Amino acid sequence: MGDLFNDFSIGLFAIQTVLLIVLILLMAKFAWKPIMNSLTEREEGIQGALDAADKARREMENLQADNQRLLQEARLERDTMFKEAREIKAKMIEDAKGEAQEQANSMIKQAQEAIESEKRNAMAELKNQVAVLSVDIAEKVIREELSNKSKQLELVDKMLGEARLN
Amino acid sequence: MGIFQYRFRFLFLVSFLLCGSALFAQDAEQAEGIVDTKKEVDDYIQHHIQDSHDFTIFSYSNDAGERKHFGFPLPVIVWTSEGLVTFMSSQFDHNDNGEVIVEEEGLSFAKIHGSIYELEGGATAVNLDEEQHATNGDKVIDFSITKSVVGILLIGLLMFVWFFGLARQYKNKKIPTGFGRVLEPLVLYVRDELARPNIGEKHYRKFTGYLLTVFFFIWLLNMAGLTPLGFNVTGQIAVTAALAIFTLIIYTISGNRDYWMHILWMPGVPILIRPILAIIELVGAFIIKPFSLMVRLFANITAGHIVMMSLIAIMFVLRAELGVVGSSVLSVALSLLLFFIELLVAFLQAYIFTMLSALFIGMAVAEHDHDHDKKGHDGSDVEDVRGDFI
Repeated sequence: MGDLFNDFSIGLFAIQTVLLIVLILLMAKFAWKPIMNSLTEREEGIQGALDAADKARREMENLQADNQRLLQEARLERDTMFKEAREIKAKMIEDAKGEAQEQANSMIKQAQEAIESEKRNAMAELKNQVAVLSVDIAEKVIREELSNKSKQLELVDKMLGEARLN
Repeated sequence: MGIFQYRFRFLFLVSFLLCGSALFAQDAEQAEGIVDTKKEVDDYIQHHIQDSHDFTIFSYSNDAGERKHFGFPLPVIVWTSEGLVTFMSSQFDHNDNGEVIVEEEGLSFAKIHGSIYELEGGATAVNLDEEQHATNGDKVIDFSITKSVVGILLIGLLMFVWFFGLARQYKNKKIPTGFGRVLEPLVLYVRDELARPNIGEKHYRKFTGYLLTVFFFIWLLNMAGLTPLGFNVTGQIAVTAALAIFTLIIYTISGNRDYWMHILWMPGVPILIRPILAIIELVGAFIIKPFSLMVRLFANITAGHIVMMSLIAIMFVLRAELGVVGSSVLSVALSLLLFFIELLVAFLQAYIFTMLSALFIGMAVAEHDHDHDKKGHDGSDVEDVRGDFI
C-alpha cells in the first residue's frame, strides 16, 4: 500500500486529468455527438422505412382483399347473369316451342277442317252425280218398263205396297 | 481479428516513424544493464512498470560492454522551489540511481527510481537512505511529458482521428465504409450493451459520450501496453485514479433526490439505523466505488505486465535448468498463451470499468427504489467474470 501511494505521481494525475477533460470534450463535440446523431437518425430512418413497408404491405393486403372481394362479386354477378340468360334462353325456347306447337296445331286443324269441307263438298257432288246418274238410269229403266203395261201395274202395286208398310 | 491487425499495423507504423525521426540517444554505461539473475529480472520488471522519463524502444550492450539505448528523450517539466524548470530527459543519461546530477537554472536534480529530486543547495551527490530515498533532496512535482503522457497523447490522437473520421463519413453516407465499419459496431456495443441497460432509456444519452471515451481510452491503452512499445499507462495508479474520480464526479453531480435520500436517510428502515446506514452509504459512494474502479484497472493491468515479463524472464532464469532451447521454448509458449489472455483482459477491463461507471451513474439517476438489489447482483457478476479470467 505504501508503494502504491509512493508511485502515485501528482504530476501525471494532473496531466491525465487535463488530457482526459480535453479528450472527452473534443470527442463529445467532434465525434460522439455527430456519430450518435447519425446513428439515431439512421435507426429512426430504418424504423420509419420498416413501418412504411409494413403499412404498405397492410394496404396491399387490404387492396388485395378488396380486389378479391370485387372479383368474387363480379364472378357472382356473372354467374347470376349466366343463370338468368340460361333461364331466358330456356324460356324462349320453351315459348317458341309452345307457339310453334300451337301454330302447327292450328294449321293441322285448319287443314283438317279444309279437308273435311273438301270431303263434304266432294261427297255432295258425288251424291249429286250419283243422284243424276240414278235418275238417268231410273228414267231409262222406267221408260223401258213403262213400255209394257203389265209391268207398269206391277210396279204401281209394289210401290203402293211399300208405301203402306211405311 | 481485423481490428487487432489494423491496430498493430498502425502502432508498428507509428513506432517505425518515431524511430525514423528519433534522436539516437546512445550513451556509454556499464554492462550492468544486462538482465540475468532473478534480482535483475525483478528490478527490470519494477522499472518497466513505473512510468519513464525516456521513450526507450530497446536497449542492448555492444561488444565493448557499453549499454546502448535506442529511443528518444522526452521533456522533463518540474515544479521546483524556483518555479517551473524544463530540460530534456537525455541529460540524466538513462541513469536511475541518482548518480547523474543535472544542473539547470541553478538547481540540481537527480533521478532515483523514476522520481526526480531537487537536491538541497550546493549538494553535488545524492545521499540515499536504506530504502533508496534521497535524504538531501525533495521530490519535485513532476509535470514531465513522460512515456505515459506520450501514450495518452498518442491514443487520444488515434481515437480522435478514427472517430472524427467515422463521424465525417456519416455526412455523406448512411453506412460507413472501411475501418469505420469496424468502429461502428463497437460504438453501438458501448451504447446498447453498456450505457443503455445500466443507465436506463431516459438518461443514457447524456452520459454516452463519457462512457465511449473512457471505454476506448482504456481499451486502446491496454492494447498499447501489449505492444513492444511497452506502454504501461493504465497500470499507472495516477491514471486510473483520474479515471475513477471522473466517474465519481459525474455520478455525484448527476445524482437525483432519490439517490441522496437513499444515501443520507434511507427510507424503509428504523430511524436509529439510518445514520449508520448513511455513514456506510457515504463511504461506499465516495471511497469504495471509486477506489474499486481505480484499483481494479490498475492491479489487473500491472499484474498482467508483471506476469508477462516474468514469463519472458523464464528464458534467462531457467536457462541453467532447462538449457537455452528448453527455457526459450517454454518462455515463448507461455508468454504467447498469456498474450492472448491479456488481449481478452485488455477488453474486459475496459468493459468492466465502463460498465461499472454506467451502473454507478445509473444508480444515481434511477427513479425507482430497486437499485440496491441490482447493485449487489451486477457487482458480484462482474467479480465472478473477472475472477474467472484473471
